[in-house]
Amino acid sequence: MTDQSAYNFAYLDEQTKRMIRRAILKGVAIPGYQVPFASREMPMPYGWGTGGVQVTAACLVPEDRLKVIDQGADDTTNAVSIRRFFQRTAGVAVTEATEEATVIQTRHRIPETPLTEGQILVYQVPIPEPLRFLEPRETETRKMHELEDYGLMHVKLYEDISRHGQIATAYDYPVKVEGRYVMDPSPIPKFDNPKLVGNAAIQLFGAGREQRIYALPPYSEAISLDFEDYPFAASKADHACDLCAAPDSYLDEVITDDQGSRMFVCSDTDFCASRRKAGHVGPMGTPMAGG
Amino acid sequence: MYVAVKGGEKAIDAAHAWLAEERRGDPSVAELSVAQIRQQLALAVNRVMAEGSLYDPDLAALAIKQARGDLIEAIFLIRAYRTTLPRLGASAPLETAQMAITRRISATFKDLPGGQILGPTFDYTHRLLDFKLAAEGEVPAAPTAPASLDAVPHVTAMLNRDGLIQTEAEGNATPPDLTREPMEIPTTRPLRLQAITRGDEGFILSMAYSTQRGYGRTHAFVGELRIGTVAVEMEIPELGFSVEIGEVELTECETVNQFKGSKTEPPQFTRGYGLVFGQTERKAIAMSLVDRALRWKELGEDNTGAPAQDEEFVLMHADNIQATGFLEHIKLPHYVDFQAELELVRKLRREALAHGEAAE
Repeated sequence: MTDQSAYNFAYLDEQTKRMIRRAILKGVAIPGYQVPFASREMPMPYGWGTGGVQVTAACLVPEDRLKVIDQGADDTTNAVSIRRFFQRTAGVAVTEATEEATVIQTRHRIPETPLTEGQILVYQVPIPEPLRFLEPRETETRKMHELEDYGLMHVKLYEDISRHGQIATAYDYPVKVEGRYVMDPSPIPKFDNPKLVGNAAIQLFGAGREQRIYALPPYSEAISLDFEDYPFAASKADHACDLCAAPDSYLDEVITDDQGSRMFVCSDTDFCASRRKAGHVGPMGTPMAGG
Repeated sequence: MYVAVKGGEKAIDAAHAWLAEERRGDPSVAELSVAQIRQQLALAVNRVMAEGSLYDPDLAALAIKQARGDLIEAIFLIRAYRTTLPRLGASAPLETAQMAITRRISATFKDLPGGQILGPTFDYTHRLLDFKLAAEGEVPAAPTAPASLDAVPHVTAMLNRDGLIQTEAEGNATPPDLTREPMEIPTTRPLRLQAITRGDEGFILSMAYSTQRGYGRTHAFVGELRIGTVAVEMEIPELGFSVEIGEVELTECETVNQFKGSKTEPPQFTRGYGLVFGQTERKAIAMSLVDRALRWKELGEDNTGAPAQDEEFVLMHADNIQATGFLEHIKLPHYVDFQAELELVRKLRREALAHGEAAE
């Protein structure tokens, strides 16, 4: 891509964006329902965020301020690559600060900082079908959604309990949206599931290779599946962040030498940096200049 | 002191710069030109056009150069370019019966109207390395004959005159467009053919091969394989008639398959169809076998559970751009998910060990 003038604002042509916006609107109107859309080939590979990129491209306007994260971090290579793509093709402003962003594209995390009305959170989704690993055929799973037949999922969760004593799903944990569709929240850790619920932002999910878009409108209900006697519990490493001392953020485990030493740091880099700028210091951190 | 991993931007820039250097190779060796690739690696160019779904030999050659000869990467570049192109209209259906033929063979008839024309084929060459090619040298001119102006009718059309082969349904319906509508299973034959013609050559080849080895056997003969150029015509609304806007090279394969008859149909032959951009006969033959295997329901055959009979399996896994992207995405970071798994496994192990101790 050398000649920028050969491409439309945010890469996709306007007809394609209109088609995607229609799918998004339909998704917002039927929360949790997977809307088929004619996903386009994008200049990045399938499985690397093409669904999210198309949804973001369809949402962006020149006034937007975009944030892109992968694993919670702004600086992971794929986040850098996608952010650059939109800087190049849309020329929009970018930011790492969650509260400053109007559109946030994410892979595998929901930011720790609560989102606000008017923000759009775009998820990259590899496998949109929550029933896929229970039933490989789309023709079958579509029928199951139509009939609201989610017995197979409950059987799976039950079998987990009988085998492991608990539900052995740590991420990609299914939710039931507004009492109707079971939805795959994308591979976010189940720690993030409670943030799906009642979120003030619009949450859009794009699966490029599988050609599906779905949505959670603001303040939607999204109940993580569980049983009365085995209630859902969000979980994380039982530590505080070693850099910013946050006790309640999702942590990455970092191996620091070959002797088994490790430390735990916030996976949300913006959250961690803001806390350190505000003067919070963890056991292995150093104070950061404010700014 | 640990510093959170930073430097993604710099790393990407450096990696891309290194890649550009590697692509060029040793600067003391002459650089490949796009024209050389187009002329001398024409079959690679054809594959990139076919699976990239874009007929443009120059761009395909450029993509091969940029991709360092990785054809799937080149196909990817073409697809990503193609997707941005505006749709100006649709051509009239191509008349492959009017093809200017460079190769045409039938395995079902020794001789037939229009004749057998071997054309530029690897068939019957001995696969011995030609060390003369390692040195530079002129190629002796091939003998020529005047082009025949006789019509070259399709073999299946001749068979059909006697009712020996099933008649294909005709219609003027606009075929669905895989690149503009999401694929919904079950599909229709036009959509299947579209997906297969741009599907990965290796995958389609293996699917076809599996039918020959008994997984959904359809007893195919190559009724006809033809390669040549066909005029592309487009109706211009202002003019009210069609005009020729160019020509494309195509490979078309029609197989003749056994069919014992069913409750409703007397015994007759059935067809499989393959049509691919460029000289791409392995792909076109494979396509026609897979097409035929997928028609079991329409022809009232049994589903034996063979992979090549399974429309969803074949169509959902034929696209190498989808496949390679998803396959390779597992090298992206998965720290967050892995961390969640790590916590879970530790917890399960802790509980299992505690349980074991309690039992002792």
